[in-house]
Amino acid sequence: MINSLFLINPSGEIFLEKHWKSVVSRSVCDYFLEAKEKALEPEDVPPVIHTPHHYLISIYRDKLFFLSVIQTEVPPLFVIEFLHRVAEMIQDYFGECSETVVKDHMVMVYELLEEMLDNGFPLATESNVLKEMIRPPTILRSVVNTLTGTSNVGDTLPTGQLSTIPWRRAGVRYTNNEAYFDVVEEIDAILDQSGTTVFAEIQGVVEACVKLSGMPDLTLSFMNPRLLDDVSFHPCVRYKLWESERVLSFIPPDGNFTLMTYHVNAQNLVAIPVYVKQSISFFECGSDGRLDVTVGPKQTMGKTVEGVMVTVHLPKTILSINLTATQGSYTYDNGTKLLVWDIGKLNPQKLPNLRGSLSLQAGAPKPEENPSLNIDLKIQQLAISGLKVNRLDMFGEKYKPFKGVKYITKAGKFQVRT
Amino acid sequence: MLSMSTNNLSYNDQGGSDSAVEVGQETTPTSSNAGAGFGLFSTNFKKNDDLKEMLESNKDSLKLDAMKRIIALIAKGKNASELFPAVVKNVASKNIELKKLVYVYLVRYAEEQQDLALLSISTFQRALKDPNQLIRASALRVLSSIRVPIIVPIMMLAIKEAASDMSPYVRKTSAHAIQKLYSLDPDQKEHLIEVIDKLLKDKSTLVAGSVVMAFEEVCPDRIDLIHKNYRKLCNLLVDVEEWGQVVIITMLTRYARTQFTSPWKEDGLFDENSETAFYESDEKKTKNGDEKKSYVMDPDHRLLLRNTKPLLQSRNTAVVVSVAQLYWHLAPKHEVGVITKSLVRLLRSHREVQYVVLQNIATMSIQRKGMFEPYMKSFYVRSTDATHIKSLKLEILTSLANEANISTILREFQTYVKSQDKQFAAGTIQAIGRCATNISEVTDTCLQGLVLLLSNRDETVVAESVVVIKKLLQTQPTQHSDIIKHMAKLFDNIAVPMARASILWLMGEYCERVPQIAPDVLRKMAKSFTSEEDIVKLQTVNLAAKLYLTNSKQTKLLTQYILNLGKYDQNYDIRDRTRFIRQLIVPNEKSGALGKYARRILLAPKPAPVLESTYKDRDRYQLGTLSHTINTKASGYLELSDWPAVAPDQSVRNVEVIEPVKEWAPSLGKTGKSKLSKSSDDKFYSDSGEEEEKGSGSSSSDDSSSSSSEESSSEAESDEEKSSEESDKSSSQSEKSSSESDSEQKKTTKKPPQKKTVKPTAKDSDSDENGNVAKETSSSSAEETSSGSESGSDADSHSGTEHKKKTKSKAKPKVSGPAFVPEKSHDLLHRMTGKGLSAQYQFPRQPCLYQPTMVSVQISLTNTTDHPLEQIHIGDRSPTGLNMHCFNTIECLLPEASVTVSLGVDFNDSTQAANFQLCTKEDQFSVSIQPAVGELFLPATMTEQDFRKEQGKLLGMNESSATITMAAENTTRQPISRQVATVANLGVVLSGQDNIHRFAGKTASSGAVVLVTVELRESSAALITINTEKSVMGPMLLRDLKSALARA
Repeated sequence: MINSLFLINPSGEIFLEKHWKSVVSRSVCDYFLEAKEKALEPEDVPPVIHTPHHYLISIYRDKLFFLSVIQTEVPPLFVIEFLHRVAEMIQDYFGECSETVVKDHMVMVYELLEEMLDNGFPLATESNVLKEMIRPPTILRSVVNTLTGTSNVGDTLPTGQLSTIPWRRAGVRYTNNEAYFDVVEEIDAILDQSGTTVFAEIQGVVEACVKLSGMPDLTLSFMNPRLLDDVSFHPCVRYKLWESERVLSFIPPDGNFTLMTYHVNAQNLVAIPVYVKQSISFFECGSDGRLDVTVGPKQTMGKTVEGVMVTVHLPKTILSINLTATQGSYTYDNGTKLLVWDIGKLNPQKLPNLRGSLSLQAGAPKPEENPSLNIDLKIQQLAISGLKVNRLDMFGEKYKPFKGVKYITKAGKFQVRT
Repeated sequence: MLSMSTNNLSYNDQGGSDSAVEVGQETTPTSSNAGAGFGLFSTNFKKNDDLKEMLESNKDSLKLDAMKRIIALIAKGKNASELFPAVVKNVASKNIELKKLVYVYLVRYAEEQQDLALLSISTFQRALKDPNQLIRASALRVLSSIRVPIIVPIMMLAIKEAASDMSPYVRKTSAHAIQKLYSLDPDQKEHLIEVIDKLLKDKSTLVAGSVVMAFEEVCPDRIDLIHKNYRKLCNLLVDVEEWGQVVIITMLTRYARTQFTSPWKEDGLFDENSETAFYESDEKKTKNGDEKKSYVMDPDHRLLLRNTKPLLQSRNTAVVVSVAQLYWHLAPKHEVGVITKSLVRLLRSHREVQYVVLQNIATMSIQRKGMFEPYMKSFYVRSTDATHIKSLKLEILTSLANEANISTILREFQTYVKSQDKQFAAGTIQAIGRCATNISEVTDTCLQGLVLLLSNRDETVVAESVVVIKKLLQTQPTQHSDIIKHMAKLFDNIAVPMARASILWLMGEYCERVPQIAPDVLRKMAKSFTSEEDIVKLQTVNLAAKLYLTNSKQTKLLTQYILNLGKYDQNYDIRDRTRFIRQLIVPNEKSGALGKYARRILLAPKPAPVLESTYKDRDRYQLGTLSHTINTKASGYLELSDWPAVAPDQSVRNVEVIEPVKEWAPSLGKTGKSKLSKSSDDKFYSDSGEEEEKGSGSSSSDDSSSSSSEESSSEAESDEEKSSEESDKSSSQSEKSSSESDSEQKKTTKKPPQKKTVKPTAKDSDSDENGNVAKETSSSSAEETSSGSESGSDADSHSGTEHKKKTKSKAKPKVSGPAFVPEKSHDLLHRMTGKGLSAQYQFPRQPCLYQPTMVSVQISLTNTTDHPLEQIHIGDRSPTGLNMHCFNTIECLLPEASVTVSLGVDFNDSTQAANFQLCTKEDQFSVSIQPAVGELFLPATMTEQDFRKEQGKLLGMNESSATITMAAENTTRQPISRQVATVANLGVVLSGQDNIHRFAGKTASSGAVVLVTVELRESSAALITINTEKSVMGPMLLRDLKSALARA
């Protein structure tokens, strides 16, 4: 299936290659690099490229290109999904996924890749299984290893690999048994000039951090599961029980994982936590324009809106800007024409405002369209859909775990058209 | 160095000298050796010496360091092949990490260093026998990855051995090795197929995905290997790891298209989304005797659809899309809708995932607009989307446009037209054009909108508009002369050649509508002809020719002038065209017969261009494949065959092995999910058997997950899914019962009125959910009882009056007819344990005829042997005091025949099982009937007043209550009544309050009153109260009710 993998940095340098079948010359990447040159943004590179003898499927993630070489028919998503797993694995092992990290742990990454695929077909992709085979680096462990001569490589087959629950390793022991769940909801919205909602929906995800000894069997129930319209689960969740009783019953993997993602029923009206008053205008005659943006809280359910940030891609013809913000600060990159206004906390008494003048390049025509504003925000301790976790029960183990649930609402793709 | 120059095949082309430098630089920091400056050769030589030395030392740690550096070189794509001899020596190292690194190295370079690689083979052969499964597996992995033709026989042997290894992990590795060996030596195909066949039979979920992958690569045409494993694969599917799922689903899609008949034929009659169509087709499946519908889905086909559906909820996007394509290619049209939500969900995923999913949706939405129309807004474009995502979304929005939503879509398009991304704006204009041609109502609006765009400041937008307007005008040229005039006015300001050419063409084509303007435009063109682009020149010549034919008086000179200019143009196309036109239109002696037809040639009516999607013909590829994405056939693509007209023999999939042992294990793992994962033919057909088992399990144990599916129906969506499953279940059930109780069925179908008299109340609650079986058995029960004395007419009158307002209040509760007869039947005696005699029992909820304290039980006996069974009767019973009314001895039960008998059992108001022996002439079988607590009641009718009075007497210890959260759909009267009636045989007490529901009954043996109150509180909480003096039954009933009402 997957023949080779190349990791390529944004400037086009190939800094890691791994082949699972016969070696494919790295010159095959030239087709990709050519396509990359053509694209304006790295995101615009087509994910699937057809070359005379190979098919190149690539993802762009964390400022890196993961490029895989395919020789025969295979579902493209199979490859894309796998490449993302590789990126997640690197993130999971080393804390971040970047060129430096990969270069620093070249051998370990290579060993991991070797374990993940056999002859191009996934062999072990569960993080719990991989971590038993090749232990992630910690300072303590590297010290111990140098002193005792032990290695980072496990010599027995991870139990998960054989069991029906490959995601959990055996013999987990903790002194503090704890299970935390973060309910994170994101609002995707498009608002039009007048502030009316063109489109809005809520997507949520339940992230879990479970550190429990032994083989706990957890049941998580919601106060109002009928809010959930469409869900997808980590393989550990028993689907039948969800279907019949709307509870999440599962034996969790050890550590951090995404338990479920969901989509909130479309009928429910989405509360939009902020409103944006904006006017961006360019004068017909002079090479001049004005910008005036105010952000205020709207439906916040009594919580404070934090981390508010407004990002604007100004038109290419802008020469310079001269703005003042009543709260927070703004940065402007004249190269990319990117204006970022970092507001911070919203104070309902004193609404933050950004205003000033924009000057256009001499002779440039008035821009056709006003740029749209992308809003970022965060509300702690609130799931905007109203979803609430009812209770968490544990079976199968005797001890009493510490349990915690956190709610947070964020802006997803939140766009205001102007 | 020598080996480096000879053995590096493709590798050295790009990095010979370069890599040498790199090697040097790489190692300088770690060793303090400062020799890096001595030029390529010496540095390289030195470095490798250094590594060699380390590898040959005695210390594992040094070796390990060396190996790590070597692997880092390989990872960077540098050449390290000359170290092969030094590395290969360490292959037998005890240090597991070192060993692994050596393996990694070997796999990378063995093909280039075949002779040396052979040295290591014996080590692997030894490792293949290692007691540690990980070592066996990795030895096989490496051995099979060494692409050296000489060792093919050794590999073959190793694969065969590994295929019967104890460890499934090793077997999985052997499945992978099959593919490697096949690519190395295709001649081994036949032997490998044997191994594949063997591994396909493997029951481990670990192996399934890998072996199917090997099957797909080695022998995808050997469909016959799949037959026997088909059901097993379907049943294992949920437990296979996610990557294997993708491969198996893709393979099964292909398999199903060759083995089953098309489910699409009749579906064409129905509107895809309408309710009626759904129920009608539902009926179609349940009444398979109905000759109107000839299509009956093969149960195996249904099995596949049912077992893949939960995977739509997978976190793995590849799995979701593979299930989606399976439904698209295999499911009846009205069931395909279930994939919509999941596909739309994937649009939240990574950009690359969006890209592939949108492509698939684009293809689907052309054929089935209805599927995605409700989710139209999910395809709205954001300014932050990548270019290819934008254009795909645009494509889909255009496909989804219809009369109802076009105004919304056009409004959205207006925003896009203004986009800074001009490429995208141009795409939008084309999309508007497509909408305008597809939906005639909006053609005018679109046209006006496009005309407005002509005054846009951006050139590309204007040009694109002109081109689209041209196409639109061509479809209906009659009324739009003013638009043409408008465009003529704009002509001077438009610089984009394509747009200018389009306007000129329009002028020429419709010159008769604009007789004043066209010649003037031609005049202007004559002036600027030399400076125009080629395409504009060609159209100028065309315009001149057409005007000459229609209006030669005004344009004769102009035309001649232009033709003269064209004659000396630099471009030969234009010279050719000019020459051709001149000969055609200007009469002279040389022009032959053709000149007469010039007008007809040049001014022939031209067919309007068809504006259609570029995804129109993509459906020739299986969705979700690489070929579909790139729109060309990728190598190794396997065609999806058309449905066969006649289904091949179904029995090929039958498997002889039968596993009668069904464990009930709610404990670990995914057992909850994998209820169906036991493979046996028998098992498959008797789905109902499994359901029962769960049902009885839940009533006795504390597990609340009784899965009687008829109870759960939630939102419209899951309801629909449910009942489609239901219909399927009942179809398989009916199939079963038709084989079992042939005679029975004949009898009952002849007496349809009886069905109604028996269960009139059940009908309104869930008529669609009662499968055939329920109807048959209950009607046959009516037969039984009507042969007795009081008969069903009694029950009928009671249940009939139940819905009417009671006028007469009674002090004593009076027994009434059952509110609901559950269709559930339970296994009494399995045919395997019963040596061919199988028995099932059911609670008909009729008052027992023999003694009022007894609960009546119906047993249907079936003879599945090939010889008649004689003298079936009931033997010893326990507890010995058990009061039981037996049925009369059945003298003879013929093969394949079945009979239903009724029995009365006094359970003495306890859920203790009644154990007795079922005897035939030769054999005795111990069986037991385990009643759920709800079956020990008889419904009573009483007024609200009486209810309160009785309740007042039964307080304190006699009351048990609990507050629960009701399932969303259980908050109205009907579902509550139904849920309660399903659990317990109680009568409804008419209540004046909307939020309080009361039910009453009495126990069968002692006649103690049982009162149930369900009081709805705010926000779906409810209080259940049970009053009865039977202090054991109260809590038991409470528990059952709780789980039933809380269930979604």
